[in-house]
Amino acid sequence: MEIVAKLQKQFMDFISALYRERFLDDQFLQLQKLQDESNPDFVCEVVSLFFEDSENLINNLTAALQQQVVDFKQVDSHVHQFKGSSSSIGAQRVKNACMAFKTFCEEKNIEGCVQCLQQVKHEYFLVKNKLETLMMLEKQILAAGGRIPDLS
Amino acid sequence: MEMFANSSSISKGMGEVVASEEPHVLAVDDNLVDRKLVEILLKKSSCKVTTAEDGLRALEYLGLAAHQDSSKNSNGSKVNMIITDYCMPGMTGYELLKKIKESSMMKDVPVVIMSSENIPTRIHQCMEEGAQIFMLKPLKHSDVERLRCQIMQCRG
Repeated sequence: MEIVAKLQKQFMDFISALYRERFLDDQFLQLQKLQDESNPDFVCEVVSLFFEDSENLINNLTAALQQQVVDFKQVDSHVHQFKGSSSSIGAQRVKNACMAFKTFCEEKNIEGCVQCLQQVKHEYFLVKNKLETLMMLEKQILAAGGRIPDLS
Repeated sequence: MEMFANSSSISKGMGEVVASEEPHVLAVDDNLVDRKLVEILLKKSSCKVTTAEDGLRALEYLGLAAHQDSSKNSNGSKVNMIITDYCMPGMTGYELLKKIKESSMMKDVPVVIMSSENIPTRIHQCMEEGAQIFMLKPLKHSDVERLRCQIMQCRG
């Protein structure tokens, strides 16, 4: 039981920091509320989908911005997707970076867009790393026979 | 679950009377993460869920696509509600709503529109076209109850 308590504390400390540093917002808490005995892997599944989706979007955005003639409508469409999924998962910093990106798309400002893509990538890889650690902590708690602490 | 178990048997509109079962909802969204999220919200509202990644696939599932003979497709008659994202490539949720409302078979099926953008003219346009309700994204745990109420209302 001591191991479980230690792991749970680690989890709580880690996730509290993520909220404090605005990596995650309340929407992530909403996702955790949806996880239960009948959907025990929900958060992990959604997080995996987010990673898959994001990496595709980053590739698409990179390619779109490298075109001779940039199709800003296409770029905007990808950014809209990225903003949507980061918002739905609670990845606040990624979402905010996407919002800035959208503005540059609307202005057809290519330099601004390129810079924003860098920023979005930066934020994405940061939160990806954090989420992977969080999912690992969850698995460790469950493997040790414990329950994921309720954050609300 | 109890609410559905206690409701009276429901006519399926084909002369069949079936003991109440899980409502069947068609969820349409081009975003991978959002599709998963709406799926779980509906499952927690005790619904059977079919997902589609765009308007055309949704119409095909319902048997309403231009190239289909709707009399041969029975999926549409099994669907109790459609929930769709507004912003989708090819066909928007609004355009999908219109096609559903134009269909004699599906026009009475409630359609819920979701959007990440709170644009009053957009909301008004959808409600005018007959949308049941307009929901703002991101969807939350509390939306489970809202969806459940919508479905209960529609099932009478």
